[in-house]
Amino acid sequence: MFLKARMTGWRAAAVGALIASAAFAGSTRTPAPDFTLASRSGGKVELTQLRGQVVMINFWASWCGPCRQEMPLLDKMYRKYKPAGFTLVGVNVETDPKDADGYLKATPVSFPILLDTENKVSQLYNVSAMPSTVLVDRKGVVRYVHHGYKAGDENEYLDRIRALIRE
Amino acid sequence: MRRSAARALLALLSLTAVMNGRATVLPEDRVDFLWHRYQGGGVTIQGPAFLVRKKFAERVSLSAGYYEDMVSSASIDVLTTASPYKEKRKQYNFGADIVRGKTIYSLGYIDSNEPDYKAKTSSVGISQDMFGDLTTVTLGYQRGWNIVGERGTPAFRERADQWNYQIGLSQVVTRNLLLGASYEAISQEGFLNNPYRSIRYLDPTAGSGFSFDREIYPRTRTSNAAAIRARYYLPFRAAAYGEYRFYTDTWKIHAHTVQIGYTYPWRDIWLFDLSYRYYTQSNAEFYSDLFPRANFANFMARDKELAAFKSHDIGAAVSYQFMTKSWHFLNRGTVNFHYDFVTYRYGDFRNILAGGGAGNEPLYSFNANVMQLFVSFWF
Amino acid sequence: MKALRASLFLLLVLQAAACSRIEPWVKPYERERLADPIMSWDRDPISLAYITHVRDSREGARGASGAAGGGCGCN
Repeated sequence: MFLKARMTGWRAAAVGALIASAAFAGSTRTPAPDFTLASRSGGKVELTQLRGQVVMINFWASWCGPCRQEMPLLDKMYRKYKPAGFTLVGVNVETDPKDADGYLKATPVSFPILLDTENKVSQLYNVSAMPSTVLVDRKGVVRYVHHGYKAGDENEYLDRIRALIRE
Repeated sequence: MRRSAARALLALLSLTAVMNGRATVLPEDRVDFLWHRYQGGGVTIQGPAFLVRKKFAERVSLSAGYYEDMVSSASIDVLTTASPYKEKRKQYNFGADIVRGKTIYSLGYIDSNEPDYKAKTSSVGISQDMFGDLTTVTLGYQRGWNIVGERGTPAFRERADQWNYQIGLSQVVTRNLLLGASYEAISQEGFLNNPYRSIRYLDPTAGSGFSFDREIYPRTRTSNAAAIRARYYLPFRAAAYGEYRFYTDTWKIHAHTVQIGYTYPWRDIWLFDLSYRYYTQSNAEFYSDLFPRANFANFMARDKELAAFKSHDIGAAVSYQFMTKSWHFLNRGTVNFHYDFVTYRYGDFRNILAGGGAGNEPLYSFNANVMQLFVSFWF
Repeated sequence: MKALRASLFLLLVLQAAACSRIEPWVKPYERERLADPIMSWDRDPISLAYITHVRDSREGARGASGAAGGGCGCN
């Protein structure tokens, strides 16, 4: 705050914007909206059933390049931290499940894939970029939202997952 | 004034840096090897081309390319005033695209060399995604420096400079429809004609009834072109597209271009593309196939590129994905063949070689076959 | 000076648009068809550059032959 007192005019505006945005990006404390979706392996999955675990919800599509890039890394993350109370659900947003099937046959993953063919959950979570990743803590509160994927983002995910597991 | 403007700019740029962590996507990494061949009107131009593009650190995409034209020309222009010739043109191009948030900054450089024409072009561009990534606005600026020479006349050395200004817009309208619009202004200064072309004028003293003389062009030319285009995803997996462009310049050339096409993928590994393009232009103000006498006007041209003509282009393209599974560092590979059949029919350029008396020769027309064979790899 | 002011104004407009509050009517998860290569303006850049060069060499008109955008809206 004392920085602002010393700077004037445009410099203050620029610094203020930087601080405000840094604070904004990332931390939210709203409960994760509940949903029930059909799973690709049969049956249904409801979000509240997963309470007690750290849940990562990843919205993806087979037509989205960065989503495909991310999948093998998410799989590694899932297999490594599952014993520690972490779970990952891949919510596929495509209207035709055959497209996801085609992709997953070539590149299978071990975490559950849920089918949001009517995009109801995408709307519920205000998905504004592809892919979108939501981290929910053991109490069902949304702790982190990440839009898009670029090489290196998985390190950010790992840091946050480890922090939430330790809580 | 300048210092406060610079500060405002700095503040604005710092805002972009943090506004949102989301980013626009850079073009894919790929490499293409092409063989091209144009044959028509007594001219054959063929050669190889190469283009490679690679991303680094997800921040910058670099591209490099090479292009060659091997020209063998016995065109109507050459046959009436000169002799057939062979020539080679070599071109190198380099580009860099830097992504920062929702903006892509582009830089480019093209160097073209042939015995009688040297052209260097520098370009800068900026592309911005907005309104939830539904709109993309692009601004571009190019600067060209050209040296025009003349075969057989080493002393002939003229300059021609060029400035291009572009603005483009791409808009997602529905989940099936894309619209685009673009505008480009080009300004040229210097030696703007082709040194090998000549005008002809009625000359009762000449056996053929006419004599040749050199062309005289204005030393400036400013043009404006505006185009709109659309691409629509049909209910089954296919796309229909269309485009219209209007062109006008200070030489009083007006041109209309209309193109429609249809892209049809088949069995996931084949892709077919059919298109039709219609082009029509009116002649330049100082153009004439036959001037009434010598030194008729301050500016005179008989280059058929400035004549009134119509052109139809029917195009067909086939693409086959021969590599569907990854192989070492290559993810995908296609082999492609494009063929265009183009007709040119001139309204005020006559075929002197056909004879018939000065001004009564038949109007010139010719057809061209344009072929491209290329292999593309994605990595 | 005029050019500098004009370009600064344009940059301001671009910035304002980048953080506008207009809700996209085509959501990122609905962009499947737009991401399809058949919807790309420029599927094979080396080929488009060549055919544009062939046309520009023989025709009086040039310019306004392309714009970027569309695509999957990923990231």
